[in-house]
Amino acid sequence: MLGYFGRRLVYVVVTLWAISIVTFVIINLPPGDYVSTVIANAQAGGVSLTPAEITNLRLRYGLDDPIFVQYWRWISAIVLHGDFGQSFAWNQPVSTLIGERVLLSAILSLSSLLMVWAIAFPIGIYSAVKQYSWGDYGFSFLGFIGMAIPEFMLALILMYIGFRYFGASVGGLFSPEFQDAAWNLGKVLDLAGHLWVPIVVIGVSGTAGMIRVTRANLLDELYRPYVHTARAKGLPEWKLVLKYPVRMSLSPFFSTVGWLLPGLIGGETIVSVVMSLPTGGPLLLSGVMNQDMYLVGSFIMILSVLTVLGTVVSDLALAWWDPRIRKRYKRE
Amino acid sequence: MFLRRPATREVGTLPQWRLMWRQFRRHRLAMAGAAILIPVYFVAIFAEFFAPMSSSTANTSMTYAPPQVVQFSGEHGLHVNGYTTERDPNTYEQRYTEDPTQVIKVGLFVHGDEYKLLGVIPSDIHLIGPVVKGEPFFLLGSDQNGRDLLSRLIHGARVSLSIGLVGVLASFLLGMLIGGVSGYFGGGVDNVVQRIIEFLMAIPTLPLWMALSATLPTDWGPLTRYFAITVLLSLIGWTGLARDVRGRFLSLREEDFVTAARLDGVGRLSIIFRHMIPSFASHIIASLSLAIPAMILGETSLSFLGLGLQAPAVSWGVLLEGAQNVRVVANAPWLLAPGVAVVIVVVAMNFFGDGLRDAADPYGSASRSRRRKSFWRGRAARRASATINTATGR
Repeated sequence: MLGYFGRRLVYVVVTLWAISIVTFVIINLPPGDYVSTVIANAQAGGVSLTPAEITNLRLRYGLDDPIFVQYWRWISAIVLHGDFGQSFAWNQPVSTLIGERVLLSAILSLSSLLMVWAIAFPIGIYSAVKQYSWGDYGFSFLGFIGMAIPEFMLALILMYIGFRYFGASVGGLFSPEFQDAAWNLGKVLDLAGHLWVPIVVIGVSGTAGMIRVTRANLLDELYRPYVHTARAKGLPEWKLVLKYPVRMSLSPFFSTVGWLLPGLIGGETIVSVVMSLPTGGPLLLSGVMNQDMYLVGSFIMILSVLTVLGTVVSDLALAWWDPRIRKRYKRE
Repeated sequence: MFLRRPATREVGTLPQWRLMWRQFRRHRLAMAGAAILIPVYFVAIFAEFFAPMSSSTANTSMTYAPPQVVQFSGEHGLHVNGYTTERDPNTYEQRYTEDPTQVIKVGLFVHGDEYKLLGVIPSDIHLIGPVVKGEPFFLLGSDQNGRDLLSRLIHGARVSLSIGLVGVLASFLLGMLIGGVSGYFGGGVDNVVQRIIEFLMAIPTLPLWMALSATLPTDWGPLTRYFAITVLLSLIGWTGLARDVRGRFLSLREEDFVTAARLDGVGRLSIIFRHMIPSFASHIIASLSLAIPAMILGETSLSFLGLGLQAPAVSWGVLLEGAQNVRVVANAPWLLAPGVAVVIVVVAMNFFGDGLRDAADPYGSASRSRRRKSFWRGRAARRASATINTATGR
């Protein structure tokens, strides 16, 4: 078991290393570099730089060094100092920019995941146990639609309804009167009143997918001989279902735990853009738009690292939950 | 004199594709999906004919005109009502009211904007449109430049629907090739390929798409950009497929018929292409069909954010970009129509793909489970079966 995770960690390190290389390539893909941005900015301000100044700048930022030296400088700053570089557009360190937005992204992804779990598991269990009933068909149909609706569409519809029929501005996080107010109960309630829309929007497609997975997993278990045995021994039907097959089919619950980690930073990009939520997503989009490549690259880097770590966490949770998986790890 | 042919066909066997078709037909939702998709693709192929106008025809005095309803009366025949417009004195917004006194005659197979059907046949016939060319005719309303949304929706279908197909084709080739190599050779090659796939899967999809589309040069033409976006979309798609193909190869390698072919001295390539691939191709195609809707959604999202296709090109995502702001949507809710089209097509494709996957394996577990009785039988039924069991002693 420990050996397995030891090897797993080695893979993780190798993967992270590969991701860092890809990120670096992405950062360097667009034509031009930092100095050409500085030159362009200077020209926009009416100042033109002399060739000597340009050479000086290039020397200072080491842009004429071999590419692997540049890579080394970039990655060592991240690993040793947590320095992700400077955002051109915001003129601030990338880590500060992202740090400001972590809290809200975290709240969003945590609460939408909770919503997904709370809704998807009961419905999934119901759908499997009453396969081909009207309820099952109804939920399946809703689920298919939930998976097919693009998130921004759902956000727009909800905002439209809110705007049209309740006269409320649903976008953003606070009503105008609380925007700059100090924290008090009213502001917290106002936040809660705004937050449920993005949570629902983000949760819907996840819920739909989770219902399908839970249903399919449970259907695989429901007709196993052990279920017959338990029934033959006279266990009440509901207890029987909840105690054995449901327990076996709960693995998607644990394999989604790992999603929380990247969600901490990402905070559903598209929904956040549409609803103008100050999470990481719109920051990423603006970076992409301005070709602010250090910002974009750092985002990719952090998100990938969190995804990789999240997968490991999920696997650990699964092993803790399911003895069969634990056993397989041991064998490997 | 007729001799009776000897009966060579065994009773009760059907060729594989007939079995698949049977299985597919039984999946009612899949049939419904096909019933939606076939006409939609047909319309997309002949978009110029079905759309009342070209995608760029603009009536600049008719911005955000609300949808009209086609009416029929003995006096005017097929017609729609015109608008009277007035400017709001406070906001200078254009306000439209329907005006029953203005009659715009509508005809079938009318002459309108010129086009080349399939890029070859010149024509100006449109399935439906105003009899007098240029009169306002907005069945789904108009957009911010006064262009007919219905026409743009139909033209946009071509890009939105084909991008999934092209993307899936690209992923198919990549996935088959790489997955096949990985599964057939096994060992070190397999290990390397699997690590690469895991690595690609570890990168979050949307941010990666966004980052890569940021690196696309902005001066690329619509067609180049289209293919670049397709490549971006399939960059992620092939990994799942490659894993699937690899798994199949690994299990098929041990099958008797492959061993038999090898003992017969059949060459390696011939074994792969003549024996192994045909035996799982149908399954692969079915699971591919489920990747198309994801790609359509991907394109829509990217274009919606302004990162995918750019304005002169028309796709559903590009159209939805005009509906980004909730205030615009509140004034012109019909701008969300392309989103509705996306949802319908994606749902239909999911159903279709589901049915295809079940049908691809007509002997498999999915088709068996379809016949299985419900788990939660009513109490009466359980008691009944219990009685029977005691009666027969089984």
